[in-house]
Amino acid sequence: MSFYIERKNYEKFDFYNFFERVDDADIERVIAKDRLSELDYLTLLSPRAEGYLEAMAQKSLLLTIRHFGRVILLYTPLYLANYCVNHCVYCGFQVRNRLSRKKLSVDEVEAEAKIIAATGLKHILILTGESRKKSPVSYIKECIEVLKRYFTSISIEIYPLEEYEYAALISAGVDGLTIYQEVYNEEVYADLHPAGPKRNYRFRLEAPERACRAGIRTVNVGALLGLHDWRSEAFFTGLHANYLQNLFPEVDVSVSPPRIRPQLGGYRPDIEVSDKNLVQYMLAFRLFMPRGGITVSTRERAELRDHLVKLGATKMSAGSSTAVGGRSNGGATGQFEISDGRSVAEMAAMLYSMGYQPVYKDWQ
Amino acid sequence: MEDKLIIGGQEITSRLFLGTGKFSPNRLIKEAVRSSGVQVVTVALRRVDLEYEEENIASFVPKDCILMPNTSGARNAGEAVRIARLARAAGLGHWVKIEVVTDNRYLLPDNFETIKATEILSAEGFVVLPYMSPDLIVAKKLLEAGAAAVMPLGAPIGSNRGFKTRELVRILIDEIPLPIIVDAGIGRPSEAAEAMEAGAAAVLVNTAIATAGDPVAMARAFGLAVEAGRAAYISGFGATQVYASASSPLTGFLSD
Amino acid sequence: MRITLNGKETGLPEGVTVAGLIALKKLNPKTVIVEYNHELVKEETWADIVIKENDKLEVLRFVGGG
Repeated sequence: MSFYIERKNYEKFDFYNFFERVDDADIERVIAKDRLSELDYLTLLSPRAEGYLEAMAQKSLLLTIRHFGRVILLYTPLYLANYCVNHCVYCGFQVRNRLSRKKLSVDEVEAEAKIIAATGLKHILILTGESRKKSPVSYIKECIEVLKRYFTSISIEIYPLEEYEYAALISAGVDGLTIYQEVYNEEVYADLHPAGPKRNYRFRLEAPERACRAGIRTVNVGALLGLHDWRSEAFFTGLHANYLQNLFPEVDVSVSPPRIRPQLGGYRPDIEVSDKNLVQYMLAFRLFMPRGGITVSTRERAELRDHLVKLGATKMSAGSSTAVGGRSNGGATGQFEISDGRSVAEMAAMLYSMGYQPVYKDWQ
Repeated sequence: MEDKLIIGGQEITSRLFLGTGKFSPNRLIKEAVRSSGVQVVTVALRRVDLEYEEENIASFVPKDCILMPNTSGARNAGEAVRIARLARAAGLGHWVKIEVVTDNRYLLPDNFETIKATEILSAEGFVVLPYMSPDLIVAKKLLEAGAAAVMPLGAPIGSNRGFKTRELVRILIDEIPLPIIVDAGIGRPSEAAEAMEAGAAAVLVNTAIATAGDPVAMARAFGLAVEAGRAAYISGFGATQVYASASSPLTGFLSD
Repeated sequence: MRITLNGKETGLPEGVTVAGLIALKKLNPKTVIVEYNHELVKEETWADIVIKENDKLEVLRFVGGG
């Protein structure tokens, strides 16, 4: 079993034709349902469902409060290294971009950890570019050894690993995996990843399954919005999350709806994904997977993120920097420009003002 | 849209299954089958009472029905397996309803022994329909064990209390890619319709028909209710819950 | 001699076959199933099986059930 095989059910699916046939009664019926099918989810992703965002939002708020409470989990990303051998045409860290490459030493990791820990955060997401030579699993493991003295939850967002490598990092203290497929459409994926190990679509797609089998506690999947038609990409992301949840009922499954941001290299997406589109995606997903997590990063503007608190979000990053060592040593180039530069304290204050509780430590 | 019930590779023409216990006289079974259109009929296997002369139940079931022996009386997986093998050897086909009950007070099934029996009998080529207490994890294990359908109880056997396990059975309907057949406890046609509206693939009724004032007419009523409930489920319910625009809209900021 | 028939110890003359037992109990052979020492035996073989001391027989039949 594999999502690579599972998604082939929709390989020749005519999305355009499906959306053409969605009518208001279909959307109303789906909104009223307790349990949505895959095609019900797609119905809510249709252009026509844009007319129903408020009804979807009201239901989404009820579902989110019922399953999660009025809480938002806060975490922050920590970039360990930006060495990368991939050619992702949309990424600031891709191999062809000229920037000063850096990898944090274990001491530098500790310095960053101290700064982050002082803000009260207990969940951290560590990132590297794809370079098994510069940032091998053994290096990541060393960093984890240091970080686990400061944090109760460590998630990784690194190149896809083999199952035994995930198992090794999990036993070292990792409990979460974030890995975006970037693009679920296999042909577009091939175009955007012209060279490097990341060309292997299937190995990346099946990474969450390998991590789940290795015993990970949380997985977070996503498509980078703006690389291809967002409606079908949102659909496949939801199917992927649902597939993982069905196969691994013990794992907490989340999605991220990241929109592409300006970055070094100047890649401009063909497809505009508006705020409205983003909201529609989040609401449709919430109705499809009432218990699924939704992670919203600082790619989004502060004002928009404030609204998204009540539109299905469950996790948000705060006090972010996308540069390697960006906290202790400013000025380095980030992977992309962040849009919400608020500190952890400022995010917490915003949440309290909305009647929400910031959560720094989800479980232990 | 075609709406077929297929179990064990066979298309089943009626979504009402009939149990043959407690009919008096037994010839009413045949009439009840006729009045309701039932195709799948369950029977049990018992020691012959050597003191009294008894009737052969199979002779009251029309030939075009699928006879499904149950394993009632089995107290563990081994006994259920034995009964199933005997029934098949006696020429009763290869369908079997696994029923393992060790609790004499409520007659609730032993899910764990049921899983074991399902595993063994599926491997031997039986079309296995296990009767169970509705539980998602057990249903998943039954699926893995090779069950052809899953038969959660609606309420304790013979209680006529209705579709009490609704919330749990709904989870099975949502999560298990097998026909979910509500078995036991259904006391009235409206309750059978309720189970069908919730998405059950079929309903098995015995006591409520066999002990009705007019079992033949009641069988027909159940047949109609099951059809009505299924048709309603397939049609898709209209929106019953309208999410009125709140005084403080959540999406008002998204002006075009 | 003594045998166990449907769980009960029962007396039976020597030399009786399974077919003979069914006739003795006035049962219609078409409507019963016989398990002889834990094995199902088909009707065609009943006349050849001579029941011995301490044999266990189960005579079963389909009855109404849900």
